Amino acid sequence: MTLAEMSSNFLYAAFIAYLIATFVFGGAVKGNKTGTYNSESRWGKTAFIITIIGFLANLAYFFTRWGATGHAPLSNMFEFTTAFGMTLVGGFLVLYFLYKTPVLGMVVLPVALLIIAFASMFPSEVSPLIPALQSNWLAIHVSTVVIAEGILAISAAAGLVYLLKVVDLTKRSKQRFWLEAIMYSLVLVLGFVIASTYFTAAGYQADFSYVDKEGVEAEIEYKMPPIFGMNEYTALSENTMTPLAEMPAVINASKLTTVTWSLIFGTILYWLIRLVARRRIAAILKPFVKNVNLNLMDEIGYRAVIIGFPVFSLGALIFAMIWAQIAWSRFWGWDPKEVWALITWLFYAAYLHLRLGKGWQGEKSAWLGVIGFTIILFNLVAVNLIIAGLHSYA
Amino acid sequence: MDKMQCQCGHVNPPGTILCESCGRSLTEKEQNSKLVDMRYEGTARRSQTYNKSIIDKIWNFFSSVKVGVGIIVALLVAAAIGTILPQEEYVQVATRNEDTIKAYYSDVYGEIGRIYHFLGFHDLYSSFWFIILVGMLAISLIIASLDRFVPLYRSLKNQRVLRHESFINKQRIYGKGYAQEDVLAKAETKLKELKYNVKLDKNGLLAEKGRFSRWGPYVNHIGLIIFLFGVMLRMIPGFYVDETLWIREGETRAIPEVPDYALESKSFELETYSGEENGGAFSEAVDRVGSVAKNYQTDVILYKKPENSLPGATEDMEVVKEYPIRVNQPLKFDGYAVYQMDFKLDELKAMTFALTNKETEESLGELTIDLIDPEKMYELENGATVELKGYYPDFSGFENGEPQTATPLPNNPGFLVEMTTPETPKGETSFILIRNTIEPFGDNQFKLEFQGVETRDVSGLTIRKDSTLPILGLGGLIFMIGVAQGMYFNHRRFWIQQKANGEVILAGHTNKNWYALKKDLEQVSAYASLPAYSDQQEEIEKQMKKEGEEAL
Repeated sequence: MTLAEMSSNFLYAAFIAYLIATFVFGGAVKGNKTGTYNSESRWGKTAFIITIIGFLANLAYFFTRWGATGHAPLSNMFEFTTAFGMTLVGGFLVLYFLYKTPVLGMVVLPVALLIIAFASMFPSEVSPLIPALQSNWLAIHVSTVVIAEGILAISAAAGLVYLLKVVDLTKRSKQRFWLEAIMYSLVLVLGFVIASTYFTAAGYQADFSYVDKEGVEAEIEYKMPPIFGMNEYTALSENTMTPLAEMPAVINASKLTTVTWSLIFGTILYWLIRLVARRRIAAILKPFVKNVNLNLMDEIGYRAVIIGFPVFSLGALIFAMIWAQIAWSRFWGWDPKEVWALITWLFYAAYLHLRLGKGWQGEKSAWLGVIGFTIILFNLVAVNLIIAGLHSYA
Repeated sequence: MDKMQCQCGHVNPPGTILCESCGRSLTEKEQNSKLVDMRYEGTARRSQTYNKSIIDKIWNFFSSVKVGVGIIVALLVAAAIGTILPQEEYVQVATRNEDTIKAYYSDVYGEIGRIYHFLGFHDLYSSFWFIILVGMLAISLIIASLDRFVPLYRSLKNQRVLRHESFINKQRIYGKGYAQEDVLAKAETKLKELKYNVKLDKNGLLAEKGRFSRWGPYVNHIGLIIFLFGVMLRMIPGFYVDETLWIREGETRAIPEVPDYALESKSFELETYSGEENGGAFSEAVDRVGSVAKNYQTDVILYKKPENSLPGATEDMEVVKEYPIRVNQPLKFDGYAVYQMDFKLDELKAMTFALTNKETEESLGELTIDLIDPEKMYELENGATVELKGYYPDFSGFENGEPQTATPLPNNPGFLVEMTTPETPKGETSFILIRNTIEPFGDNQFKLEFQGVETRDVSGLTIRKDSTLPILGLGGLIFMIGVAQGMYFNHRRFWIQQKANGEVILAGHTNKNWYALKKDLEQVSAYASLPAYSDQQEEIEKQMKKEGEEAL
C-alpha cells in the first residue's frame, strides 16, 4: 500500500467514526423514555471517545498525505475542504473538553461529514505545487486559516442548537422560515454529493466546444447531463442529452448545470424527508435540544468567536499579507479571496462590537454566528468556483 | 454641568454613574436598577455627558458603537460589491486605456457590466468614497477608544478597597452570611495562591487579576491606527516604488526608479512537471490537467555603479551578486526587491537573410538584422549593400501608404530595404514581412531570402520598494498583542467585607467568562468557608421567565 492509499483509507476510517459518533451523540441527548437525562454523560463520553478516534484517523490522513505529496495537503479544493472538516471536529473537541456538551457533537459531526463528503467530489489525486505555492508559507498561512475557520464554525453550531431550542416552530415567523432554510441548504449539499456520486458512478460524460467570454474557442467536459449549454456550443460526444437552454458567455453553464442537478436532487430529498416525517427538519431535531442550557450555548458560541477571531486575524490577514508580499510582490491586491477574508474579519469584528457594546447576546448572537459560517462557506465555495481570481485552485 | 458630590463626600466629574470612591449609584436610573452597570466602571464618558457644541456632536457620533458597526458593515458590503465583477487591474485587454476598459465591461458582461463600470465599481477600492469610509473607520477607532479608555484607566487606577454596600449587593455575583473571624486572612492566602493581587484595607479585601486585559481593545485599536497610517504613508513619494522591467536574455538594463543599479539577465527558464517527480506520485494529476508549471526562473547579475563614476557611464560597473530570481524568491538589495512576475517565450531576436538573384538563385551573401538595434547599412561581398530604410518592429498595416508599427516590440517585424548590387547599381526597393514580400516599384531582380531566426525569452520583473512595511508590521504586531490580551485573558475581581456584627458580604465581577470566575470563587469558598453566593443575573432571568409563563 502506498502512502497515498494509506492516507485515503485513514480518511474513510475517520468518516465512519464520525458517522457512528453522530448517532451516539444523538442517543446521548435524546433522553430516555422516562424523560430524564441520566445516561447523557455516559453516552456522551462514549461518543466523545469515538470522535477522538475518528479525529486521530483524520490527522493520520493529513500527515500521510503530507508525506505522499511532499507538501502540506492544503493546496486545492479537496485538500482544503477536507482539512476544514477536520478542524471543525478539532474545534468541537476543544469546546467539548471545556464544556462537556454532547448536543454540540450531534450538530457538528453531521456538518463535518457533509463537508468531507463535499470535498471528496473534487479531484483528489495528489498533485504537484505551482510555483506560487512553493513556499513554507503554504503550511503556515493555510493551516492557521483552516484552524481558525474550524473554531469559528463552532459558534455557528452552538448558535444553531440555540435557535433550534428557542425558535417557536408552531407559529409562522421569519425565524422559523430561516431556520428551516438552513436545514434545507444542508440537505442541498447532500443533494450535490448524491448527484455527483450518481453521475460519476454511471460514468456520464459529454464534451462540448464553445466560445468563451473573450471570444476564444474552447472545450469543456460535462460530468452531469447538460441542462444548460455553454455559449455557442457544439456537441462533441454522441448520444448525450441536448442542453435545454444556451447560456451567455459570462455564465459557466457547466457549473450552473451542476448547481441545478444538486438543487433537483436536494429538493427531492428534502421533500421526501418531510413527507416521511410529516414535519419540518427543524422540528425533527427539536426533541434533541430539549435539555439544552441556553446560557451555556450562548457562552460556547461567544467563546468560539473569541478563540477563533485572533487566530483568523493572524492566519487570514497577517500571514496572508506576509506571503503575498513575498510571492506576488504586494501584501494586498484586492483579489476576491483576500477581499472575502477581509469581509469575514470585518463581520466577526462587528459581531464582537455588537455583543460587547450593544449587548447582542442570546438569539441575536446565535443568528450572527450562523451568518458568519455562511460567509466562511461562501469564501470557500463560491469564491473558488464562481469568482475567478488568483486563489482559484480548484 | 456641575460636578457630582456623593454622599461619601467624594466629588465626581459630571456624568459619573457610580461614585469613583465608594461605588454608590449616582443617577436615578442606576439607583433603581437591580444590578450595577459595570461597563467602563460607571465612569463619566465625554460622549455621554456633553452634547452642546458641534465638536461634542462630532465626538459623540464617532464614539458610538452603533456608528462604528455601521461603518464596518458599510465597508463590508462595499468590499463585497467589488468582487461581483473583476476589478479593472485583473481585466485582460490588448491595449489598456479608459475606453478599452469601459468597452471590455459592456462587451463581456453586457448591461450589468456597463452599469458596474458606470458606477465606478470597476475601481471600487481606490474610489474616493471607499477611502472616505476607511478614513471614517480610523476616526471612529481613535475617538471611540479615547472616550472609553481615559475614564476607565483613571477609575481602575484609583479604585478603593472599601466600597459601599449598595455597590457590593448589586454585583452579579453576590453573597451574604456569617463566617469565621479569620475569613479575610484565609481568603487572602487562597486568592494569592490563585495569582490574584490582594489589597486589604481595614475590614475589607479587594482581589484583582488580569487588569491588563481591559486595555486589550485599546491596544488593538492603536495597532489598527498605526496600520492605516502606514498605508497612508505610501502616497508620499519615496516611500513606495512599483515598476515593471521587461528584460531579454543577454540584456543589461538600468533598474527603473533605482538609481545606480543595473540588472543583466543571463537566462530565463520555464519548467513543467513531467509526472516523474516524487516517485511518479503526480503522474495522474499531470495527466488530467495536461501541463503544470514547476518553476519560473530568471538568472540575473546585479551591478552597481562605483561611487564616483559619471552619470550615464555603463562601463566599469561592479558585480554585486548573481541570483536566480524565482516566484517566492525575490532578489533583495538595498531595500528593494525584484520579483519574477511574468515572461514571454521565444521573442524574435535577429533574422538572417540571403541576398539572392531571383532567376539564378545565386546568393550574394548573408546579412543578420538585430531586431532590437538594427544597423542602417549592411555591406556584403562583391560590393553589394542592403540599406535599411525603414524598420517596423510590430507591423500593423499601412496608413496613407506609410507602414505603421503598433509597439516597439519585435512581434511582427517589417523591413523597408534598398538592395544595391553591381548588376542593379540604382538600387531596388522591397518591403519584407514574415512570409510576404511587397515590391512597391515593380518587379525586382533580387530578393532577400529568409534564412533563419534567433529567439530568446523575456522576463517580466517587478521592482518594489515599500518603506511602509515596518510600520505595517508594527501595527499588525500591536493589533495581535491587543487582541490576544483582550480575548485570551480576563479581568476578575472579588470584594469581601467583614462587618462589625461578624456578617460577611462578598461580590465578584469579571469582564467575561463568568464560568471561570465562579470556579475561582468556589475554590476560595472551600478554603475560607465564605458564605454562599448567587448569580443574580441568572436569578433575574429565571424570575422573568417565570413571570412570563404565569402571564400566559
